[in-house]
Amino acid sequence: MRNVLAVARRELSAYFNSPVAYIVIVTFLAVAGWMYFSTLFLFGRADMRPFFQPSPFSPAMLLVILAPAITMRLIAEERKSGTIELLLTMPMQDWEIIFGKFLAALALVAVGLLLTFAYPLTVSSLGELDWGPVIAGYVGMLLFAASLLAIGVLCSTVTENQIVAFIVAFLVSGFLYYVYWLRFFVPPLLSPIFEFLSVSFHLDNLSRGVIDSRDVVYYLSLTFGALLLATQALGRRHA
Amino acid sequence: MLGKVVSMVESQVMVEARSLRKDYGSTLAVDDVSFQVSRGEVVGFLGPNGAGKSTTMKMLTGYLSPTAGSAYVGGLDVAADPIAAKTKIGYLPESAPLYDDMMVAEFLRYVADIRRVDGATRRERLETICGRCGLNDVLGKNVGQLSKGYRQRVGLAQAMVHDPDLLILDEPTSGLDPNQIVEIRALIRELGSEKTVILSTHILPEVQASCDRIIIISGGKLVADASPEMLSGGDGASVVRVSVKGDAPAESIFAGVAGVRDVTVLGGEPGGQAFRLRSVSGEDPREAIFRAAVDNGLVLLDLHREQVSLEETFRQLTTTEDGAHA
Repeated sequence: MRNVLAVARRELSAYFNSPVAYIVIVTFLAVAGWMYFSTLFLFGRADMRPFFQPSPFSPAMLLVILAPAITMRLIAEERKSGTIELLLTMPMQDWEIIFGKFLAALALVAVGLLLTFAYPLTVSSLGELDWGPVIAGYVGMLLFAASLLAIGVLCSTVTENQIVAFIVAFLVSGFLYYVYWLRFFVPPLLSPIFEFLSVSFHLDNLSRGVIDSRDVVYYLSLTFGALLLATQALGRRHA
Repeated sequence: MLGKVVSMVESQVMVEARSLRKDYGSTLAVDDVSFQVSRGEVVGFLGPNGAGKSTTMKMLTGYLSPTAGSAYVGGLDVAADPIAAKTKIGYLPESAPLYDDMMVAEFLRYVADIRRVDGATRRERLETICGRCGLNDVLGKNVGQLSKGYRQRVGLAQAMVHDPDLLILDEPTSGLDPNQIVEIRALIRELGSEKTVILSTHILPEVQASCDRIIIISGGKLVADASPEMLSGGDGASVVRVSVKGDAPAESIFAGVAGVRDVTVLGGEPGGQAFRLRSVSGEDPREAIFRAAVDNGLVLLDLHREQVSLEETFRQLTTTEDGAHA
C-alpha cells in the first residue's frame, strides 16, 4: 500500500505541477455548471438529478471526454520517455504501479466533483433540496468516473502513444455510454443486454437516489477488471 | 536447487547469468550468455552498439524476462523472486531516463520512499549521495532543465539511494564532457571498492581505467571474459610508436630490427616519418629500435610503447563475429 501511495502522490503532483489538473477542473466546473444551471430554471425545481442523470449532453458525458484526457499519459508517457525502466526495476509489484496511477487520476476527478458541491449548496439556498439523492448521485458519479478512468489506464498501458491511448479510451467509454440510447434501435431480445452493458444505465439508476448493490457491483467489476488487464499488460515485458 | 543457491551465497557470487537468451520476434538479441560476477568486482561489458549489452543488463535487473536461461542476483532468481532481487540492485538505464517534471530533491525522495530508505537515515543518506554525485547545486531545479552531465549524475544518485550491493550502469559516461567522464570514473572506482559494479560501454579506455574484468559481447554472444591485462596484449606483443627525421629508408631499417614483427607507416609530422611497430611476443624492442635509428643517422623524435592492444583484441573479436553474421 505504501508503494501505491508513493506512486499516487507522484502522479498527483505531476497533475498539479502541469496545467492538466487546472484545465480539467476548470472545464468540468464551467461546462457542467452551465449544463446544469441552464435547465434548472426552466424546470424551476430544487433538484440535482439533472446534474447526475446521464444524457447525450450532461456532466457525465463530459467525463467521457475528460477521463481519457486525464489517464492518457499515465503509462504511455513512461514508455515514451523510458522512465518505465526505472519504474519496473524498483521493488514494486505491477499492480501497485497501476493502482497508484489510477488512484491519482481518481483523486483529481474527486477534487473536481468536490468543487461542484457548490451547486447543491446554491440550489438548497433557493429551495428545499432532498439531500439523499444528492449523496447517491455523487457516489454514482465517482463510481462512474472510476470505471472510465480504469479503462483509460488500461488504454495507456498498451501503447506508448498518448494520442492513441486517448482515442481508444474515448471510443470504448463513448460506446459504453451511448449504447444506452441505442437500446431502442436493437431487437427487443438484445435490449436488456445493451442496457446492462451501458455505464449510463447504472448511473441513471443511482441518480434516482437509490444505491442499488447491482449498480455498485457493475462499476466495481468494470473498474477492477480493467485494472487487472492493465496489470497483465504491464507485466508483459517485451519492451 | 536450494543447495545450489546456498553454495552461491557462500562462494560470494553476486551475479550469475545462466545461458541467457532473448529473442525479439525473429531477431536474436542475446544468445546463450553465461558468466559470474563475484562480490566486489567491477566488470565492464564491452561491445559494439547493438551487440546485446543493454539487453543482457535489462535481463539482470528484471526489466526484461529472458526467453530462456536465468539470472541470479545475490543468490536470488530474478524471475522467481523479482522484488527481493530488485532491492539488491541499483540500476542506471541507458541515457538516464528521468521524470522531467520533478525537482531533483523531490525525485530522489520519491525513489527513497519506494526503496524504503526511511526516517532519520533518509536525510543523511540523501545528503551523502548528493554530495558524492555533486548535486547540491541543482536540488531545487527541475530535472528537465538539467544538462546531460547533471542528468547522468541524478541517474547515478537514484541508483545509489538504497545503498545497493550491486550497481548496474548502462553507459554511465555517454554524453559527458571529458572532465565529467573523469569524475564519474573516479566515482565508479570508489564505488567499486565496496560494491559490485557492472557497467557497459563502447569506450575502450573506460574499461581499462575502471574495471577488474572485461566481458566482450558481440552479435549477442559472449566472446571474451578476462582481465584487461589479459585482453590487452594477451599474446605478450607490444606496440611501439616511432617518429624519425632523416634521409635513410626508415621503414626497411625498422623492419629489419630484431624483435619487430611488422611495421605500419603512419602519417608523420612535416619533415618526419612515423611508424607503428609490432613486436614479437614477449619482446620489448625499444632499445634495438633506438640503436638502429642512431646507427643509420636517423634523428629520433618520439619513441614510446602504446597500450592499445585491447583495441586490437576488441576489433579482432567483434569483427570476426560480424563477418560470421553477414
